[in-house]
Amino acid sequence: MIRITEVAKEYPRSGVALAHVSFQVRKGEFVFLTGPSGSGKTTILKLLYMDDRPTKGEVWINGVSSKNASGRDITRLRRRIGIVFQDFRLLEDRSAEANIRFALEVTGAPKATIRSKVARVLGQVGLASKATSYPRELSGGEQQRVAIARALVNDPFVLIADEPTGNLDERATRGVFQLLRDINAAGTAVIMATHDLDLVRRSNYRTIELNHGRLVFDSAESPASARPFDEPFDAHDTPTSSETI
Amino acid sequence: MRSAREALTASSRSPLLSALGIVTIAFSLFAVGLFGLVAINIRKALDEVSERVEIRAFLSDSADIEGVAAAMKDVGEFPEVNRVDYVSKEQALERARKEMGEFADVFEAGVLPASIEVHLRPDQRSPTVVKSVADRIKAYHFVDDVRYGEEWVEKLYRMRNIATVAGIALGIAFAAVAVIIIGATIRMTVLARAKEITIMRLVGATDMFIRLPFLLDGLVKGILGGLLALLLVWVANRAVNEYFIQTIFFDREMIFAGILGGALMGVFGSLVSVGRHLRRI
Repeated sequence: MIRITEVAKEYPRSGVALAHVSFQVRKGEFVFLTGPSGSGKTTILKLLYMDDRPTKGEVWINGVSSKNASGRDITRLRRRIGIVFQDFRLLEDRSAEANIRFALEVTGAPKATIRSKVARVLGQVGLASKATSYPRELSGGEQQRVAIARALVNDPFVLIADEPTGNLDERATRGVFQLLRDINAAGTAVIMATHDLDLVRRSNYRTIELNHGRLVFDSAESPASARPFDEPFDAHDTPTSSETI
Repeated sequence: MRSAREALTASSRSPLLSALGIVTIAFSLFAVGLFGLVAINIRKALDEVSERVEIRAFLSDSADIEGVAAAMKDVGEFPEVNRVDYVSKEQALERARKEMGEFADVFEAGVLPASIEVHLRPDQRSPTVVKSVADRIKAYHFVDDVRYGEEWVEKLYRMRNIATVAGIALGIAFAAVAVIIIGATIRMTVLARAKEITIMRLVGATDMFIRLPFLLDGLVKGILGGLLALLLVWVANRAVNEYFIQTIFFDREMIFAGILGGALMGVFGSLVSVGRHLRRI
């Protein structure tokens, strides 16, 4: 479903962001992408939803290859991918419902479908009662749920989440993470970049760790006991400019 | 339909920015309009002056009526000639007395010669044509002298050419400035909606889908700006008419072309602004 082969990404100013990265993600899998800030997590996610193309190697996702994807291919691909960010990226001047509806409207979906789908995902993320609330009236956890609902509304085969719990307190983190687990249990693959090692340790999902743009660990290929993250990453790490989209 | 709604919602969300955009477009088009108005009035004035371009052939006293009549018929058939009039000695005297009232008694019958006045077609008034017609008329034996104010004709034509070239150059310059200003105004709207555009792209909106509301926005702002500019030019024209000189206003086709120009500038400005933004993100 997703295949990353010998991918390298270099930026003219900041230099090498990724080098020799290869891994595959199967249908319905849950994968953590970990590593310190600047290790290349966000770059990989950007390559996955084709916001950027690799300098070398190939990103292959659901039949679309980074080598020859046209603008139309990318547009179609994004309609089958859900993307969630640390900063939610909701439109402040629209209600929760309108934010979700927006994702369907841009695909030209018929009105009746939009109404029923929006109601369904709002229920799924537990915010049916807050449909008419504006982002500023919602807590961080609730805003992230709206963002997840927006990502889910097109029935994606994979949900790509870039530090989705990065701005949330512990309680909200647990709630959002549980939501992502439920979504995965229902059959959608989830690729989640995170700093939160507790979250990674507590669950038993596959973990891919990056450091300085290289893949240094993949739990699918190493025994579980060999996990390197007994020590937390530098707690003072802050996202660098190359990590934000 | 959706694009129209999006454009409308976007405008209503930032009414001040929209109003600013329309006013800016209106002012830049107002400058173009004022210049256009000056240009058409100069042109009209020059046309009126060139109406007076005529060749006057003074006849000798011995000229026989039949010969003159035949010559007038010949000259009248020159392709450059519009009309030929005969001015008898009496008519010349009467005209001179009328034109120079205070010297009326100076003129006596028979002092002034009879003449024929040759009026040229509007497109045949260039110095070379005037000279060639004058030379042919001069060839008649009963013609004593031919006058057509060579220097004056040349000056008039030079002025006309300068006015035309300057008009086109300044018109293009004003229009270019207007396009840049419109582009900048739309760019403000694009930047104000940058987050929305990013989200649209991430959820799989096509570029055309993203562009269309902005194009409509540019179109509407261009038309409204054009109408406002028209109103301003009209008011300015009224004021000039009232207090200074008689001027003419644009005709219906020119007004239509002006508003269409505003609309096109709006669309073009949006196209450039959104295109640049889409390429960057």
